[in-house]
Amino acid sequence: MSIMKIENLQAKIGNKQILKGLNLELEPGKVHAIMGPNGAGKSTLSKALVGHYDVELTGGNIMYKGKNINEMEAEERALEGIFLSFQHPVEIPGVNNAYFLRTALNAKRKHEGKEELNAAEFLRLMKSHLEMLGMKSDMISRSLNEGFSGGEKKRNEILQMLILEPEVIILDEIDSGLDIDALRAVSEGINKMKDGKRSFLVITHYSRILDYIEPDYIHVLKDGKVIKTAGPELVPYLEEHGYDGIEEE
Amino acid sequence: MANEGLDKAVSGEYALGFEIDIETDTVPPGLDENTIAFISNKKEEPEWMLELRLKAFKKWQTMTEPHWGKLDYEPIDYQAISYYSAPKEGIDSLDEVDPKILEAYEKLGISLEEQKQLAGVKVAVDAVVDSVSVKTTYSEELEKHGVIFCSISEAIRDYPELVKKYMFSVVPMADNYFAALNSAVFTDGTFVYIPKGVRCPMELSTYFRINAINTGQFERTLIIADEGSHVSYNEGCSAPTRDEHQLHAAVVELVILKDAEIKYSTIQNWYPGDETGKGGIYNFVTKRAICQGDNSKVSWTQVETGSAITWKYPSCILKGDNSVGEFYSVAVTTLAQQADTGTKMIHLGKNTSSTIISKGISAMKGQNTYRGLVKIGANATGSRNYSECDSLLIGSNCGAHTFPYLESKDTQGQVEHEATTSKISDEQLFYLRQRGINEEDAVSMIVHGFCKQVFSQLPMEYAVEAKALLELTLEGSVG
Repeated sequence: MSIMKIENLQAKIGNKQILKGLNLELEPGKVHAIMGPNGAGKSTLSKALVGHYDVELTGGNIMYKGKNINEMEAEERALEGIFLSFQHPVEIPGVNNAYFLRTALNAKRKHEGKEELNAAEFLRLMKSHLEMLGMKSDMISRSLNEGFSGGEKKRNEILQMLILEPEVIILDEIDSGLDIDALRAVSEGINKMKDGKRSFLVITHYSRILDYIEPDYIHVLKDGKVIKTAGPELVPYLEEHGYDGIEEE
Repeated sequence: MANEGLDKAVSGEYALGFEIDIETDTVPPGLDENTIAFISNKKEEPEWMLELRLKAFKKWQTMTEPHWGKLDYEPIDYQAISYYSAPKEGIDSLDEVDPKILEAYEKLGISLEEQKQLAGVKVAVDAVVDSVSVKTTYSEELEKHGVIFCSISEAIRDYPELVKKYMFSVVPMADNYFAALNSAVFTDGTFVYIPKGVRCPMELSTYFRINAINTGQFERTLIIADEGSHVSYNEGCSAPTRDEHQLHAAVVELVILKDAEIKYSTIQNWYPGDETGKGGIYNFVTKRAICQGDNSKVSWTQVETGSAITWKYPSCILKGDNSVGEFYSVAVTTLAQQADTGTKMIHLGKNTSSTIISKGISAMKGQNTYRGLVKIGANATGSRNYSECDSLLIGSNCGAHTFPYLESKDTQGQVEHEATTSKISDEQLFYLRQRGINEEDAVSMIVHGFCKQVFSQLPMEYAVEAKALLELTLEGSVG
């Protein structure tokens, strides 16, 4: 039984049809990698799944835990456990990082009928993750993503993932702009989240991240559709031959 | 979609729009020398004060209403305003205060009784309803330190020397049209004197409330910080919801002597009118501080969410060497509100420095103008100014404008000006929503972030109030 099932999904950005009948099933506990050439629709897919305002769905269904979420608001999807690590996290001046994260976590806990965490409890939680990700403790007091380096922004995305404990995790180009240390830290964070139930959708240009988070499936996305699904053995083939040789199955 | 959400009207409801049902003693509308004599008589003022009032009135009659602000409003009929209104029975102690007034203050969240209990913080409160000061708490405790905190009417009677010396010394009686009007008809307000070397043991607060119909409010505040003293003063304002416009023309004068400091915070929440521009307070206020002595410091912090029209430029004259002037402002215009506000920093002494942090937030049809002057005099060598004026737009029918003026006679002076205008971006909103934070909370989080530099200047309990007020004002701005 899949946790998320995308059926014949069609989507536009502006007037341009980007997704043209995309099918994909995310299995619990598995890492799905989406690879494909530029302009294939990788980022549009991630945006469609989280209800981004740029994307207009023109057909098909996104089923999440057996429920159609095509019309579900972005915050509702987040509360239900769908998380996107943004390719370019936006800066929000003056908004304290810890305050933001606690607000987000407590919104989720409230949604789940759990008690909210107070500031002290939250700080303990945040600190334990900061250490693991090799982040400085000033991340608690700095403004959300403001003036963060590329690596800091991506680590901060992973920090949010660790704290919010989502069930479907979409990582959009998580490895872009990361040096090797940051890549290791980020991968460690992701691997820590693997619990046999959560499902990952790793969107990437490069295979380099896949050396660190072993994918179970490789999906090749081309011209708005998944044209091939295979095991990790496809990665070296793609590296050598590119996407041109892949034909729709 | 986020775009549509953002374009939805801002319709934060005015929570303080209740009217208190108390009997008032109100003079009929109209303004002439008799009105002024009536006010002076009601206040049991000495002759000299009446003479000053009449002098101001004469000057006012020769002046014309200024219209250089980027403000558009109906002409004010000065003869249609009642210049004096007071609760009918005289008030001497808290026990005598009409329970309805106390109830009103409770609604405002400033129960006088409660103020006494504020955990760990003592706040002395002077409350002014319409034209009369209702109650000054903590007077006795303040007296022990030699601090005078009373209504301006009492000060005129009891401390004439101080009043004669300092009133009109910072804002001359005919400084401008509205200041001249106030000088003629001011009804009440607050007087504070902090003696030499005294650090005022508690926050001082005044709440102003316009309640009666067709009345104007013309309060006058005078604060003197003698050498080496320190005081933090806060004022708050509110008014009932009414269809017609009401005029508020206040004057605030601050005198800061050598090594002294005044921190003046305002939370202004006069009734803003409705989204069509019906009703609301016309707020024409002159606030000015003079750093008279060396090493003196003044800091204005204002959070302006109310009024239909705001015309207000809290200013600092930095006369003493090494004196410091600061201006921190958050001005919100939503509905059909218009604000033309900013500051003047006049550098006269050597090595004086000033900081201007102005944050304008516009939503719905709100129009927000920052107007600021930095003037560095010929003798003000080594002086510096830093200005930062940021505007945040919510939706697409509002406006933000910035008019910085700079006059520098000292070529060595350092003046920096930064200005930004940004919209709450859909990307920012979406980012927060993707983390499970609903749209309204997301907007409020972004707005608070935007205002952080200013809120951090407010005393803690007022920062909390300012945050809550901002939230209320922008409620319903999205989603």
